[in-house]
Amino acid sequence: MSGERFDCIIVGAGPSGSIAGYLLAQAGLEVLIIERGSFAGSKNMTGGRLYSHSLEKIIPGFSKEAPVERKVVKETVTMLTGDSALSLDFQSELLGEEKKDSYTVLRADFDQWLAAKAEEAGAILASGVRVDDLIIRDGRVTGVIAGEDEMEADVVILADGVNSLLAQKAGLKAELKSDQVAVGVKEVIELPANVIEDRFNLNPGEGAARLFVGDCTKGKIGGGFLYTNKNSISLGLVFTLSDLGTEGLSVPQMFEEFKQHPAVKPLIKGGKLVEYSGHLVPEGGLNMLPKLYGDGVLVVGDGAGLVINAGYTVRGMDLAIASGEAAAQAVIAAKEKGDYTAPSLAHYKRLLDNSFVMRDLTKYQDFPPFMENHRIFNQYPQLAVDIFKDLYVIDGSPLKPLKKTALSHMKKVGIVNLLKDAWKGGKIL
Amino acid sequence: MKPIGIEEKLGVNKFNVDEGNAHIIILKDTLSREALKKCVIACPAGLYTIKEDGNIGFDFAGCLECGTCRVLCAGTETLEWNYPQGTFGVEFRYG
Repeated sequence: MSGERFDCIIVGAGPSGSIAGYLLAQAGLEVLIIERGSFAGSKNMTGGRLYSHSLEKIIPGFSKEAPVERKVVKETVTMLTGDSALSLDFQSELLGEEKKDSYTVLRADFDQWLAAKAEEAGAILASGVRVDDLIIRDGRVTGVIAGEDEMEADVVILADGVNSLLAQKAGLKAELKSDQVAVGVKEVIELPANVIEDRFNLNPGEGAARLFVGDCTKGKIGGGFLYTNKNSISLGLVFTLSDLGTEGLSVPQMFEEFKQHPAVKPLIKGGKLVEYSGHLVPEGGLNMLPKLYGDGVLVVGDGAGLVINAGYTVRGMDLAIASGEAAAQAVIAAKEKGDYTAPSLAHYKRLLDNSFVMRDLTKYQDFPPFMENHRIFNQYPQLAVDIFKDLYVIDGSPLKPLKKTALSHMKKVGIVNLLKDAWKGGKIL
Repeated sequence: MKPIGIEEKLGVNKFNVDEGNAHIIILKDTLSREALKKCVIACPAGLYTIKEDGNIGFDFAGCLECGTCRVLCAGTETLEWNYPQGTFGVEFRYG
């Protein structure tokens, strides 16, 4: 491939890269997408669920042709203690409405489909190629180096994921800090579709999403998740790296304990493990936003840290897709001007600023520091479960007024702490 | 589902191991024990282990390529970290 020149080279064929490639190829640009895995999606993992709105805007009706798993119609948040679980369950027709709908996905299939859309539009996909470095001349990115090969382009879009070593090489971002990222682990557990539907009270095609907080992470900052796919369940845990420490149970050990929890075990009963994966999630929000562009270069998706963890929802792919779209629009505008310098590519940032991406990141900017509060992962699940134990566990001993027992449980956490956290949480959300 | 060990768990995955070409190398495991001890806890694949002599061992086969150890050891010059060469390493069939 040496010596070839492209309008744009995109590193990484995840959602942000493939969408950028799709839109640029549609606009008639010569685009090369380079993927280190042997196929698009082979290195990628999600919890996961895709909120459809941003992709729906680009490919209307995509969910009818894309390999999505199930449409989520039910959301459940569960607080766990060692022996108990307290859940809040939300089911609504609204969850499934067009442009508000979300789908469980598995990335090996989904990313291949999206990359194929980019290829159909005319982009060239080079799989199985690891980009080692960028070609930088006089401070301007002019191409990529992969092994012996050098490939040049007017502009390079870095869609190489959360670790984005290339964005660091381009001087766009600093090394990730351990309080800005979480490690996610996931098992895909195979079960027949009808078993999933019976177990989670779903109609065919419908899916459930569940979040867990508390004992699943042994009180450490993080949580658990469960998503129903067509013929499998995605079950996993997420831990903020800085909170893991050097003692105690390891991540794989905590995962095994999570699977044995009395509230989780029946959900995966009879299932067959078909894959185990791990991935980092950039969770620092707006505060970890890198420089998004430079001379001849843009960074998108997880590489740019475009993820929103709002506690009750985690979103990355819908932001990745919107960032790929904004990057493509900025590159098309740059080509029209024949100007790929940073001031010209600044259009990318403006497009993001005016989109839901920055609006939502800004709204949740104080959320990551708020979540660095162990009461949320330890005392509060315990408090909630203790109150419900008093209500429901009947053994013939004299009943005390709820007001009194609830208050005594609250005092264990500290009324001031409770009020402080409620106030802070209310303000942020 | 019965509890299973991490090795058995990794055994269900598809790996194309680049034999003899480790993409992660521990450069010096005595000067940055703290960072490596964090990896023992955090590595999703359990690839960092405390050996009998107290040193920390690492096996790159089975790596899920998440970057957890890279971030935990950042700034300590403990690891030489790269992605495996193209097509090598883990291949998620579900993801």
